Amino acid sequence: MTTESTTRSYHYSEFHPRWYRPRVSVYWWLWQRHYLKFILREISSVFVAGFVVMTLFQLAALKGGPQAYADFVNSLASPIVIGLNVIAFLFVMFHTITWFNLAPSAMPVRLGGKRLPAFLVAAPSYVLWVAISVFVSWLILQ
Amino acid sequence: MADTITLEIARYSPERDPEPHFQSFQVPVHKEWVVLDALNHIKDTEDGSLSYRWSCRMGICGSCGMMVNGEPKLTCATFLSDYAKHGSKIRVEPLRYFPVVRDLVTELSEFLAKLKKVKPWLIHPNQPPLAQGEFLQTPAQVDRYKQYSMCINCTLCYAACPVVGLDPIFVGPAALALAQRYNMDSRDQGSDDRIAVLAHPDGIWGCTFVGECTRVCPKHVDPAGAIQQYKLTAVLEWIKSFVMPKGADAK
Repeated sequence: MTTESTTRSYHYSEFHPRWYRPRVSVYWWLWQRHYLKFILREISSVFVAGFVVMTLFQLAALKGGPQAYADFVNSLASPIVIGLNVIAFLFVMFHTITWFNLAPSAMPVRLGGKRLPAFLVAAPSYVLWVAISVFVSWLILQ
Repeated sequence: MADTITLEIARYSPERDPEPHFQSFQVPVHKEWVVLDALNHIKDTEDGSLSYRWSCRMGICGSCGMMVNGEPKLTCATFLSDYAKHGSKIRVEPLRYFPVVRDLVTELSEFLAKLKKVKPWLIHPNQPPLAQGEFLQTPAQVDRYKQYSMCINCTLCYAACPVVGLDPIFVGPAALALAQRYNMDSRDQGSDDRIAVLAHPDGIWGCTFVGECTRVCPKHVDPAGAIQQYKLTAVLEWIKSFVMPKGADAK
């Protein structure tokens, strides 16, 4: 190869085509609703962690005695905290449902040589979720 | 339904264009015409320089994958009438995240290198002599990997996967699913040879389970499922390496 063709190699030549390499935009996740749903699912884990941290604070307050616990509960009553909790709750629901629905894809269950339909694999998670929720509600409301 | 439909086609000539641009063509809408038929019509009657790949026209060869209105599709199975019903235009672009050679033709050598890396063939170090006859498999054994063996390497899953775009060295959905196809094959003994490439940050651990690969796959291969299942295998192998070191395992 001549020096000239070497120096020109970044231009088009018969055996070295100049490919166009598109760059991925920072906003790729806004391109379509499936990407957006994925990003929301990933972000939802922040809210799950938020609920865990709040529960730890709640336990710490419980350990601090009745007054500390009453102060903690009062601090949750402000409209901003309630608003944040509602948003967090919606995200946690979204997190739970999307991951429960993905479970059959990651865990194929075979029975008698045949793969169980996806809804049957996801169903036990939902049943357990409802059962635990009913039990916790019963504990609180009794 | 409209008689004609507008196709906006991405054009790129490496000799002339710094980057791709769109060119519009009017094509007739026939009930049985797919996007590939429209491209062939344009090439035959309007612009012979239009470049794209195609071969079988029946969803087997996997060469006519393109972005159709932003979705990775086999153009031989994407009917014009589905778009004409809503009076919309059809925008045809080369598959996303691949370098573009010309117009709708993408460069596949990076993909092929990734494919080769996962050794998608039967590995059988202790192969018995041919005289002993063929390898037999029960229908249940075939069933374990059959879904993954349907891959036609059309690379639609790569064009759907944002991880492929953001991390070009990610091995990617089709190659990982094909590796799993051979790992799950009762005739194969190569899973130990593949694990170094698969259980790697650029292998299965690069996957964030967006799930788009599975959604767009025209052959219902479910690469996302294959990758998540292999994640479990890799973790179990990692635990096993502590409990049963290699020396003891060889006995």
